[in-house]
Amino acid sequence: MSIDLKTIKHISKLSRISVDEKRAERLADDLNSIFEFIEKLNELKTDDVKPLTSIAETTLKFRSDEIKSKNIREQIIKNSPEDNEDYFVVPKVIE
Amino acid sequence: MSDITKQSLTELVENIKNKKLSSTDVTKAFIQRSEKSSELNAYITDDFTSALDKAKKFDQKPNLDLKLPGIPMAVKDLFCTKNIKTTAGSKILNNFVPTYESTVTENIWNEGAILLGKLNCDEFAMGSSNETSHFGNVQNPIDKDLVPGGSSGGSASAVAGQLTPITIGTDTGGSIRQPASFTGIVGLKPTYGSCSRYGIVAFASSLDQAGPMAQNVKDCALLQEVISTYDSKDSTSINFKRNHYSKELTKNIKGKKIGIPKEYRVDGMSKEIEDLWQKGIQYVKDCGAETIDISLPHTSYALPTYYIVAPAEASSNLARYDGVKYGYRAKGENLIDMYEKTRSEGFGAEVQRRIMIGTYVLSSGYYDAYYLKAQKVRKLIKNDFDEAYKKVDAILTPSTPSSAFKIGEKTNDPVSMYLNDIFTVPVNLAGLPGISIPAGHDAKGYPLGLQIIGKAFDEQNILNIAFAMEEKINFKNKITDWWIK
Repeated sequence: MSIDLKTIKHISKLSRISVDEKRAERLADDLNSIFEFIEKLNELKTDDVKPLTSIAETTLKFRSDEIKSKNIREQIIKNSPEDNEDYFVVPKVIE
Repeated sequence: MSDITKQSLTELVENIKNKKLSSTDVTKAFIQRSEKSSELNAYITDDFTSALDKAKKFDQKPNLDLKLPGIPMAVKDLFCTKNIKTTAGSKILNNFVPTYESTVTENIWNEGAILLGKLNCDEFAMGSSNETSHFGNVQNPIDKDLVPGGSSGGSASAVAGQLTPITIGTDTGGSIRQPASFTGIVGLKPTYGSCSRYGIVAFASSLDQAGPMAQNVKDCALLQEVISTYDSKDSTSINFKRNHYSKELTKNIKGKKIGIPKEYRVDGMSKEIEDLWQKGIQYVKDCGAETIDISLPHTSYALPTYYIVAPAEASSNLARYDGVKYGYRAKGENLIDMYEKTRSEGFGAEVQRRIMIGTYVLSSGYYDAYYLKAQKVRKLIKNDFDEAYKKVDAILTPSTPSSAFKIGEKTNDPVSMYLNDIFTVPVNLAGLPGISIPAGHDAKGYPLGLQIIGKAFDEQNILNIAFAMEEKINFKNKITDWWIK
């Protein structure tokens, strides 16, 4: 299997990470060597193996949806790169 | 006392309890040494001024019943600390100030410890040499231009260099045990579900665990006792009966059965590592334990499995860094362009590589071939351990296939970097506890570690084995203070 530049562009789009030509070539090389290494798994027959989905083998517990930290809105907003005191600000999405 | 920073955590606790030392004495000593040690680059953020204030406050009304009374401690910068910048070693979080505290650090402060600062690490804990940090390489106190290992490289360097009496790291594929081995200290990765993941910047949620990194086994047991609690804020936290690890610590391991897995004798492993392992086998025998040859047949599939599972989970966890609610933001022509530039400029090369691997293996048409396949092999790896534990109580292996390497030596070849974790990764995949203890030196005088792997929730047993071996090994770390002018 070989990951070509077209695939890199596709993954970069899905990952929302912009990649220029030079980096794309480097990434293709890196990913190919990593996937070559990963292909080793194909030596194993696993048709009858149940996948491990949770290491603890317990069901996830629910807890009640209570507000425990109060009045932290200001602090949270303060961490945003751009805000107008009450809202997070993003580039315009509707023309 | 001029040698405060040379004391172990246990000694410092005793001296504070006996009022031979005050918290201020101890905190001052570690701050002074940390300030003289900037060349190690172990800290990303220091909190020295307020640490000293807290120490003085502690001394005015000392509560000596606590487990860590007035003990200063720096922690890996992957733990969210309320009102203190938390970066995860990344540019994308370089201005992030959490509004909450991680459960593990909360437990530590509740027992009287005082935050010294936040320690350097590989970006989002993705790395084995601390070279992926946005805040620069960390130096290994053992020798100049030597990596401290990773991802908890700053933590390992800070403990070995006596900048903090003890610390916590996180371990997703070896990030506590490998740097512990590279710097001649003790590092424990607890059972999955033992320490809460709440407030730890997530890398791979089914593998991540916090754990102690210490100068010796007893200190390690004491900190494990503090940080391991059931937490309803982590949905995978497990409510099991936890031991009083430090109180119950014993060197009596007579009759314990220790497995020696033949698959860990990997191609190209140096003779030094093989010799170290043989020495380890002799030590446990000298302690009255019995060794048994065992087989973990799927060992060689662990790393390929890990490099599907961990990036897949990372690509999902790191989707949250979009430049909107916190962290770095790049300018973009529109929303999508802003996301793409933010993530391209905010994440470093290794993190981008792993997000892309993860995105690819989860993408339409490839899920079954990669992710599902990896989950199946992960099951086989876990089954190997389950089988082995029918015959043995613990497993002894080397911690790493080599000693620490030079800065820059492996940065151009991701696969050769990944091979560092060949002995530690299976333990994370199976959710088991593992401890690395310093066990000898190579020809260059660099430390080498041995790993003891336990059954799930059996931390006490591997701590006991480590405690017994520690006495026989009698390891002395060779720290020359080369970085102090």
